[in-house]
Amino acid sequence: MPFVRLLSAALLFVTLLAAPARADDAAFSAALSGLAAEGFAEKAAAAERVAATGDARALPVLQAMEAGTLFVRKDDNKVVTGAVNGREVTLTDPLTGATLGTVASRDLTKITVNNALRSAISAAVGRLDLTSPDPARRLAAVESMARNATPETAAKLRDALARETDASVKLVIARAFARAALASPDAAERLKAVEELSAVQTAETRTLVAPLAKDPDAQVRAAAEALVAAIERREMLTAGALTLFQGLSLGSVLLLAAVGLAITFGVMGVINMAHGEMIMLGAYTAFVVQEAFRAFLPPGVFGLYLIVSIPAAFLVAGAVGVALERGIIRFLYGRPLETMLATWGISLMLQQVVRSIFGAPNKEVANPAWMTGAWEALPGLVLTWNRIAIVVFALAVIGALAATLRYTSLGLQMRAVTQNRSMAASMGIRTGWVDALTFGLGSGIAGVAGVALSQVGNVSPNLGQGYIVDSFMVVVFGGVGSLWGVLAGALSLGVVNKILEPYAGAMLGKILVLVFIILFIQKRPRGLFALKGRAAEA
Amino acid sequence: MGPLTSRLLALESRRGWSVFMGLLVVAAGLVPVLHLATPPDSVFHVPAYMVSLLGKYLCYALLALSLDLVWGYAGALSLGHGAFFALGGYCMGMHLMRQIGTRGVYGNASLPDFMVFLNWKELPWYWWGFDNPVWTLLMVVAVPGLLAFVMGWFAFRSRINGVYFSIITQAMTFALMLAFFRNEMGFGGNNGLTDFKDVLGFPMQATGTRVGLYVASALLLAAGYLAARFIVSSKLGRVLMAIRDAESRVRFLGYDVTAAKLFVFTVSAVLAGLAGALYVPQVGIINPSEFSAANSIEVAIWVAVGGRGTLVGSILGAFTVNGAKSYFTGAAPEIWLFFLGGLFILVTLFMPKGLMGLAGQLKARIKKGGVPVAQNRNA
Amino acid sequence: MPDDNSVSLAEPSYGVAGDPHPAHGSILYLDGVSVAFDGFKAINNLSLVLAPGELRTIIGPNGAGKTTMMDIVTGKTKPDKGDVLFDGGVDLTKLDETRIANLGIGRKFQKPTVFEHLTVFENLELALKCDRRTMRTLFFMLSREQARRIDEVVALIRLGDRLGSPAGALSHGQKQWLEIGMLLMQEPKLVLLDEPVAGMTDAETERTADLILEINQDRSVVVVEHDMEFVRRLGAKVTVLHEGSVLAEGSLETVQADQRVIEVYLGR
Repeated sequence: MPFVRLLSAALLFVTLLAAPARADDAAFSAALSGLAAEGFAEKAAAAERVAATGDARALPVLQAMEAGTLFVRKDDNKVVTGAVNGREVTLTDPLTGATLGTVASRDLTKITVNNALRSAISAAVGRLDLTSPDPARRLAAVESMARNATPETAAKLRDALARETDASVKLVIARAFARAALASPDAAERLKAVEELSAVQTAETRTLVAPLAKDPDAQVRAAAEALVAAIERREMLTAGALTLFQGLSLGSVLLLAAVGLAITFGVMGVINMAHGEMIMLGAYTAFVVQEAFRAFLPPGVFGLYLIVSIPAAFLVAGAVGVALERGIIRFLYGRPLETMLATWGISLMLQQVVRSIFGAPNKEVANPAWMTGAWEALPGLVLTWNRIAIVVFALAVIGALAATLRYTSLGLQMRAVTQNRSMAASMGIRTGWVDALTFGLGSGIAGVAGVALSQVGNVSPNLGQGYIVDSFMVVVFGGVGSLWGVLAGALSLGVVNKILEPYAGAMLGKILVLVFIILFIQKRPRGLFALKGRAAEA
Repeated sequence: MGPLTSRLLALESRRGWSVFMGLLVVAAGLVPVLHLATPPDSVFHVPAYMVSLLGKYLCYALLALSLDLVWGYAGALSLGHGAFFALGGYCMGMHLMRQIGTRGVYGNASLPDFMVFLNWKELPWYWWGFDNPVWTLLMVVAVPGLLAFVMGWFAFRSRINGVYFSIITQAMTFALMLAFFRNEMGFGGNNGLTDFKDVLGFPMQATGTRVGLYVASALLLAAGYLAARFIVSSKLGRVLMAIRDAESRVRFLGYDVTAAKLFVFTVSAVLAGLAGALYVPQVGIINPSEFSAANSIEVAIWVAVGGRGTLVGSILGAFTVNGAKSYFTGAAPEIWLFFLGGLFILVTLFMPKGLMGLAGQLKARIKKGGVPVAQNRNA
Repeated sequence: MPDDNSVSLAEPSYGVAGDPHPAHGSILYLDGVSVAFDGFKAINNLSLVLAPGELRTIIGPNGAGKTTMMDIVTGKTKPDKGDVLFDGGVDLTKLDETRIANLGIGRKFQKPTVFEHLTVFENLELALKCDRRTMRTLFFMLSREQARRIDEVVALIRLGDRLGSPAGALSHGQKQWLEIGMLLMQEPKLVLLDEPVAGMTDAETERTADLILEINQDRSVVVVEHDMEFVRRLGAKVTVLHEGSVLAEGSLETVQADQRVIEVYLGR
């Protein structure tokens, strides 16, 4: 819209002419009341005057205006900012910052804005920012201006550069000029610009510099090519780091799914085909806890439901595990194939129970607020918080488990029973209960895994089926009976999977990994971290 | 009379042969006759859906028989038999797709509909030859057989036993399922192969075709049973049972355990593939869900219910469990999974020898006044 | 299918031409054999030579490496180093259990391992010396000659009336005999017996000693045993193993008089 451009240019012109005004209460107050004018052009002029005061109070007013929360009180035509809450508005005096109490919205007139006015305000805000005492603000303003460099902004930036004291802001402004200089007819200027830009290795710079690879000047050409290559290298590294992170995150999911099996299968030698259903029970526990929080507790504490779910899921799945061990599995010790079939039967029944109670469709388990969003670790390397949380959580779970096995009396008894059952029994260890508790521990951890998995996938009665083959693969690949094997196995499989994915596609990547494991087990039937010698042959 | 003939005759006792022939006549002869020759309102009439259902069961029975051969006799519980069955089925499905010719939705004589839909220009090389029934039969035997041979060679050579073998075959099945779900594989992806028009020139829906397929299934099951019987009653059968009980001892006797297991695993996979090939025209569709882990494990429960290590038991089990499945999924579908799950648990806990061992077990229980089922852990 | 029964012969590569290899003329030749499990040396530089037709008893305290030695000879365990040669030159370290068994080495385990679900007859039939390849086994039919051979062995091990019963139903002593009977059916050149009289009554022990002497008439035998009475009864050359290597060798009287042997047995 030419008109808007023209307007903005005019405003800028005005601004450039205006000497930095001293903050003056009367001037600010007058400018402020001008905002209550009828016409948009008048309002724009008033906004400009407000900005021109350079007053610290100007920014909140302009931002409120942009956001539509600037009002005129009908009683006295005073310009106020307000926080809208339903039909009531809590008012603040922009002059003093004092609260003016709550009034009904019908007692106010909103100061309306249109698009032209909105861009005028933005420009004014941007300029305010450019003179802001806060360097970070100045930096943001400079960056946004530099991105849409025009002759006018160039002039303003030059001005700002002269005023600037902060080194980093100075640098950014200098680079903005370098960007502009890329198009200069003078080869030396272009070369200098490319050299200056080599400090900013972003995709944006690459797009700017890439055309100079065809520059008539050989030196410029070489510099541009080198810069593009450097940027591409950096991008590859970033992509690699991202793949690694995605792999670790997938590996953590696998680790969580498999770590319970490392106990039931690895330590006890029980093939528990209902392991996936323990995960599923954990996920449904998280769902139930979430619903309970929604129904009975204030929304403020909703985010805590996930924390409460973890012990709850451990107890639910653990209790089911103990019941299964005492009720069925203990009668089948020494008959692994039968155990496999019986636990498969259990898994079918558990699925049907959950389906009967909760129904077949997926249940939604929400991410709490503190797990949404992402963290930009490096430029271009964006990691989502829920994935980071899963990685951390998986490591915490395996650490806690290793500590349990090593330092608690249950852990000691578990190890004793696995190594020599009759000796342990003769020393007064109740082997039956150790079995039950061990199985309960493995199942409980599967339940905890279910809570974590509910955050990254669907919660349905079939949830566990998706993980069962993978988790057995992880345990077998890592080496049965070795926690570190499971850790290494899960993480490396996750990373390999993610590395293969771009070349082979998600499904083919998975197939390749499966085929790889099948071949690997031929070579090392006892996994990565296998026991050796006579002990292994028992 | 040559020695081999006498071996064949000795497969069953005189009584055994009469029962065998009697069942064969009833299955392959009486059922079709009752379907075709009696009026629909007669009490003796076997309705068309029943013929198809029984035909399906016969294929399942052959599948169960094939699993029993490796699990019941050689002690290797394969969870890949669902995959061999499905591969046989896919080979047959490909043949039936080629038979559609120009009668498809797109009327393309050289490409199946789903390939036209995917904008493929020519038939992939692995579809070549499937318009020929002889080549198809060859593939029905060779594809599952070859896969089993390769898989078994890797597994048995590395002495992968027990649950490890089960897990590895399950992983193979899972990988195949993922592969067949892919459209790029050229097997119809998610939807699989369906909309068949005719088989060997006979229209799929015609009564005669259905009866023909049913009779073929009965005869194939009988032949499969005799082949399995020949193996298990041979000295190799006893070597297999010895392997099941004490594998390393058999090696010290000088038998090639790897070769013996590989042989029986391959034969078993071929039988499973044949069963799948006859199953597909009777149900009219084959899709990747046939590869699901649940299917393979379910076959194990058929065998366990009937009584593993007895060939007749596996057939009995397949009919019993699938009969129950047909009943429950019609009458009370939500109960079916409870029933099936319970069956897995009950059979493993209380009926280690299945239906075939039930009579003996009851006798022993009456004699001893009840024995606990728990077995000692031999760690 | 890996049905090939051919074996590779170790080249007599060292020694001057015409100078016979030290293993020449022996049925079993172990030289400098060592094997370790996780750092524990189960066998340590073990050397042992057995002449054709010889009967040898091996004694030694627990953990002396007796069973591991048998594992090495039968291919269950591969040695870390050393030569294991059979029948004057066949390198056993390169072969698996099946090949070694087919060469003519039979083994009886410490714990009787017979096939419990098969009958006595079927156990013996499995052990019968014949072509063991898979397809041959599938089409195998017992000849009159072979049936007679089974009858002979059954008579020798006194299980004539139990032919049709499952081996699992036999008494402990009968299982031991059945296993010895299976060894006889194999017609091996070398028989390895691991504690053949463990858990037997005196009468059974007596009978077993007779059986072993009977076997020894046309084949070499190595017996590992703890029971000194039984060793005396066999009256053969004795090798004492200790910590994985040979401590003493000679007649029972000689080794019993040996100071080191007394020390090992009576403890320090």
